[in-house]
Amino acid sequence: MLKDQDRIFQNLYNDKGSDVTSSQKRGDWLNTKEITDKGRDWIINEIKESQLRGRGGAGFPTGLKWSFAPKEVGSRPHYLVINGDESEPGTCKDRDILRFEPHKLIEGCLIASYAVQAHVCYIYIRGEYFVDGQKLQAAIDEAYEKKLLGKNAAGTGWDLDIYIHYGAGAYICGEETALLESIEGKKGQPRLKPPFPALIGLYGCPTIINNVETIAVVPTILRRGGKWFASLGREKNTGTKIFCISGNVNTPCNVEEEMNISLKELIEVHAGGVIGGWDNLQAVIPGGSSMPLIPKDKCETLTMDFDSLMAEKSGLGTAGIVVINKDQDIIKCMARIARFYKHESCGQCTPCREGSGWMWRMLERMAKGDATKDEVDMLGDVTNQIAGHTICAFGEGSSWPVQGLLRHFKKEIEKRNNLDPIVQKKNNIPYLVDQHLLDKKNA
Amino acid sequence: MSLRRPAKDQPESFEFNASSLEAANIIVAKYPEGKQQSAVMALLYIAQKQNNNWIPLAAMKYIAKFLDMPYIKVYEVATFYTMYNLAPVGKYFVQVCTTTPCMIRGANKLVEACKEKISENECELSSDKSCSWMEVECLGACVNAPMMQINDDYYEDLDKQKTLDILDKILNGETPKPGSYRGRVNNEPENNRKTLMDLKNA
Repeated sequence: MLKDQDRIFQNLYNDKGSDVTSSQKRGDWLNTKEITDKGRDWIINEIKESQLRGRGGAGFPTGLKWSFAPKEVGSRPHYLVINGDESEPGTCKDRDILRFEPHKLIEGCLIASYAVQAHVCYIYIRGEYFVDGQKLQAAIDEAYEKKLLGKNAAGTGWDLDIYIHYGAGAYICGEETALLESIEGKKGQPRLKPPFPALIGLYGCPTIINNVETIAVVPTILRRGGKWFASLGREKNTGTKIFCISGNVNTPCNVEEEMNISLKELIEVHAGGVIGGWDNLQAVIPGGSSMPLIPKDKCETLTMDFDSLMAEKSGLGTAGIVVINKDQDIIKCMARIARFYKHESCGQCTPCREGSGWMWRMLERMAKGDATKDEVDMLGDVTNQIAGHTICAFGEGSSWPVQGLLRHFKKEIEKRNNLDPIVQKKNNIPYLVDQHLLDKKNA
Repeated sequence: MSLRRPAKDQPESFEFNASSLEAANIIVAKYPEGKQQSAVMALLYIAQKQNNNWIPLAAMKYIAKFLDMPYIKVYEVATFYTMYNLAPVGKYFVQVCTTTPCMIRGANKLVEACKEKISENECELSSDKSCSWMEVECLGACVNAPMMQINDDYYEDLDKQKTLDILDKILNGETPKPGSYRGRVNNEPENNRKTLMDLKNA
């Protein structure tokens, strides 16, 4: 287990208070000027050396992302945007940073803004986190009062203003270009890439977008050195990470642990074990709902980092672990996730807009045993037609969990769904009726 | 995509009151000059707050004029984002999360409680018109599942009885205390803490 002094988020459970004085006692805002005095190149190199990878799901190297920002500020200003639109089912880590460690985030914003030469930073928070956003706003106000923000922020000679922008319940706005559209006051529909936001982003200006957790760990990395961070975890999967363990466990919780920790240790030690014992485990979703599930036999030896989960055809994603035990109907669980994606599709690309609803309706029928034999293969076919054929990664996100279900639980689906194909025997299956139009009269 | 329709009965006109106007001007100032369209989402929230938790079409027209942008663009935004209520929802708007992490911990019991106490169908006002409920997608408090949101506040670690008690309170016009209803501290592992021990309750 990681030593307590190596945990970055010392106030994860709010034992010590989140105001500026208690944060300063924990080491935040300590000699921020010394860090910025070492220069942009030093900061970016140190982050590169720490091998920090983005904590928002894709795992892109942060130092590399920062180095994409233009070296000289031209006619267009640079922007830093923080992505706090945390909506992935199974994930609730950013919320704790916003409400209990806001000064880590604000200081990280200052350092990152300095590194990418931005004078304005927008923090995009999902609308449901309004109360947590208010706490962050209070922390920002405190920082302005103590001259840690604004003109010559924290004595670094750098001017920075931070504004909060609330979302309004759209999961897709967690996609970086949809988030930019949303800040610009439009529908949150992703843009085509390239051009990448680092060159043409918010209001057409160079913009660096990072997750809340990524930015919040930056000040600690720079204080303790990239080497320290890189010494935790393993090569290319370094540092610590907040894991959210939810579902059928005895004590669901958020906990900061070293990367590459074993899944069994996380569940058994921190989350108090699976309800009904380890043998009652059915499957685990390792990284938020869009990552394919992993069946029990592989959970025994699984370690939690980007590359080892990739080898299992899944992914670390946001590290939101959802534990599903044998009391649950796995097809129903996945049908509910498919409904989530049907609801959250932005409607821009046809394969995703139509396919996500199609997958949901098929899975609902499969959970009830109302599907025909040939539909199991058809479902796999639909997922393949969505993944990779959309503007953003939502297409993959919605079809991977279904593909994971088919990969590991195909026998169970086939056992339950034994009807002959519809062309041979006229079953009364409403293929062409869009069921969600029927069941929500008041929507 | 979700299906969203504006209410049939719409008020004739809408205007920001003095406090909304002040808040709106502060928000417009957050964005660069000429980019006031960015404020549309926040302004819709302000309109929603002023107008008993829902946004009439007249408010969208007013905001379009206020920000000097086409009405249809405001309409697009208001219908795209699900947190803007396009029809009356009552003073207390109950949102029950039923996505998988909540579902496998018994979110359907919360839905049952809402059906018993508020109304048989979702998005339907209770008999005294004070509240309504709906099923929503992940609210981002998965380790505190099952949970629900009433207006801005999260109510976590619930079961059916606790939900019934909370709903009784709001139907009596009280505001129950938000947070965990099993008495645990935020997101810590309940009675099983292995980390940050020296700091506990410091």
